[in-house]
Amino acid sequence: MSTVPATPTFDESALVTRAQAGDAAAFSELVEHYDRRVFRMAKQITQNDDDAEDVLQETFLKAYTHLSDFQGNSKFYTWLVRIAVNEALMKLRKRRSDRTVPLDEPIDTGEDEMVREIAVWDENPEETYSRDELAKILDQAIESLKPAYRTVFILRDIEELSIEETAEALNLSISAVKSRLLRARLQLREKLTRQFKRKGDDAFAYL
Amino acid sequence: MLTCKQFLRELSGYLEKTLDPAELAELQKHVNECPNCFVVCDTTEKTLKVFKGMEAKAIPKDIHSRLMAAIERKLRDKGGCG
Repeated sequence: MSTVPATPTFDESALVTRAQAGDAAAFSELVEHYDRRVFRMAKQITQNDDDAEDVLQETFLKAYTHLSDFQGNSKFYTWLVRIAVNEALMKLRKRRSDRTVPLDEPIDTGEDEMVREIAVWDENPEETYSRDELAKILDQAIESLKPAYRTVFILRDIEELSIEETAEALNLSISAVKSRLLRARLQLREKLTRQFKRKGDDAFAYL
Repeated sequence: MLTCKQFLRELSGYLEKTLDPAELAELQKHVNECPNCFVVCDTTEKTLKVFKGMEAKAIPKDIHSRLMAAIERKLRDKGGCG
């Protein structure tokens, strides 16, 4: 195995300061560091490659244009995520306006809180599945969520924004974020349990 | 004694330990006594862990080059940030 090339430590705030002072190389370094996460998020929200690429470009171009507005009150990446989520939601609205649910539609149905699939998992899905297989399973699980749940889950549990930052980015109340997050988590748990439950446990289905 | 429904409503706060100690203790008591909620709790925790553990894959080369080209153009047009 070859060793990982020694990369200089990534100092986000130093790079941001340099980029704000007009250092193009510093900005490019920020792009190179975060592009994969922005692209993944854009793809998860829009569920479309072309839209995700547009979102990726728009996010970094906007970030560049508005770099002087970034005050350092949050992490730079959190600021970037907020730009990206707005771009992604605009794409989603455009695409969905003529067919499915708008993002602000009331989604409170009692059914969502029903808990199905109560079974323990095989010890460790990371060991049972290859990286690619696991990524596919997780992507499909996310895709199956309603957009309103999906975006909250992505921001809070994948991009690790706080509840407050998630609420602010999506223009939702704290309590709306919390209830959507809970439903998203429970629905994903159910889907993954179907996939990862200990094989022997299926036997009970015949009893 | 909490019902399972009441427990589930507080599941996020329980997993993130953001509730006050008395509430946490009550939820903990429920989880100790209710095998179903124990399993739901454990598998939800594992769900979150498996999502958090996924690193983003490098973006496809062509998408990356188009992104860098778009940024180059912007840098040339503006000749500096802000």
